[in-house]
Amino acid sequence: MNAPERGLLLRLTERARRRSAWLFHLNAGSCNGCDIELVACLTPRYDVEQVGIRLEGSPRHADVLCVSGPVTGNARAALAAVYEQLPDPKVVVAIGSCPATCNVFAGSPMIDGPLDRVVPVTVYVPGCPPRPHSIIDGIARAIDLLASGRAVAGEAVR
Amino acid sequence: MSVLRTLFGFFVFPGLLYAVPMGLFMLALERRLRARLQGRLGPPLSQVFYDLVKLLAKSPTPRRPSDAALMTGLPLLSVGSMAGALALLPALAGDGGFVGDLVLFVGLLEMPPLCLVLAGYASRSIYGEVGATREALITIVSNVPFLAALVALATGAGSLRLAQIVSGAPWMVRLPALLAVLLCLPVKLRLNPFSLANAEQELLAGPLTEFGGRRLALWELAHALEFVALTGFVATLVAPPTGLWVLDAVRFVTLSLVGVAALTLLAASTARLKLGQATRLIWRWGTLIAGVALAAGWFFRTGGQ
Repeated sequence: MNAPERGLLLRLTERARRRSAWLFHLNAGSCNGCDIELVACLTPRYDVEQVGIRLEGSPRHADVLCVSGPVTGNARAALAAVYEQLPDPKVVVAIGSCPATCNVFAGSPMIDGPLDRVVPVTVYVPGCPPRPHSIIDGIARAIDLLASGRAVAGEAVR
Repeated sequence: MSVLRTLFGFFVFPGLLYAVPMGLFMLALERRLRARLQGRLGPPLSQVFYDLVKLLAKSPTPRRPSDAALMTGLPLLSVGSMAGALALLPALAGDGGFVGDLVLFVGLLEMPPLCLVLAGYASRSIYGEVGATREALITIVSNVPFLAALVALATGAGSLRLAQIVSGAPWMVRLPALLAVLLCLPVKLRLNPFSLANAEQELLAGPLTEFGGRRLALWELAHALEFVALTGFVATLVAPPTGLWVLDAVRFVTLSLVGVAALTLLAASTARLKLGQATRLIWRWGTLIAGVALAAGWFFRTGGQ
């Protein structure tokens, strides 16, 4: 990965991917705590649109899939379908402790989690709920991996 | 109408060479200004360009060949028809255009909404279908005052030629017609309070729900060109070209940007209306104003006899 060896178009694409990350948020049985914190990132205080991050309505438009919640039995099929609907290249950010470990719901018969049993996770953002700073940091790391082409399916950066 | 002049209009000003960067700039301006009005800093002006590059570099989801052809063809058709509409805009004085180009202009302006409706249905998504239905209805609703205003302008100027309408329509017809067109502008650009069709989050992404990658980039481009064409049309109506090319061009650009700023102010300060509310608003006020314009046009033509 030597910068001068790559073509102009490749460098431009990498720069564009770094500066324009569109998110799709999926609630896979979350208690709404992490969802509120994710939405807080869009408010004037954190304003992630400054760095080109935008919450999109459709998974077909998105680059980053943000998942909150411990993946309930009901959400599993939807999660797998939505993951397939994101066009490549894509990354998955697990927001909160639930998608990482199932948190307090671990061992419940209603839970099919954690998240990496269903889709490959790129970055975990721990916390119950994580602060908006941490979420932004996690998304930034995921975008970095996405843009530099180092986001390998099934391999997580903790 | 000289061939050279037509080619200049299509490729340079107010055609593609001007309209593509200007359209992207307008979209960026809209996003940044809206962010500022909401107390945020907003994205840099280069944001829309990077979004477009990123979308172009993404592979769209594989589709059945018939669906894929429709989903690529429709945004291409929108971009093409907007490029054509821009070439017809009488931004500069001269013998541009031809008799009846108003009809062609309206036809080309109506292509992107039509394509969007077809795209919503072609994408076979329930959200796309709901968005397409809304887009179809709101287009029909807003076209009543829009077309009435254009008919009033044509009657007042006594011509179906854009250049003559823009320079010749009397102000007592032009003022109400301009107001009716202005009311229809946010509807045609799908901005708040008339963002029913794309209704972000509410309908996922409306007719564009199933579009990704390059196909979505084409839609963004078509939307950018729509911005340039519609604000440009209002700009030519407000300030008809005088014959001094540089002055005309500068005035055209400035007025277009003022139009974008006004639309953003409206979009940032209003919430989305329901279809019934929007229809009532447009038909009550838009039709009234357009009716006044029609009456003024008729009065001016016949002298009240």
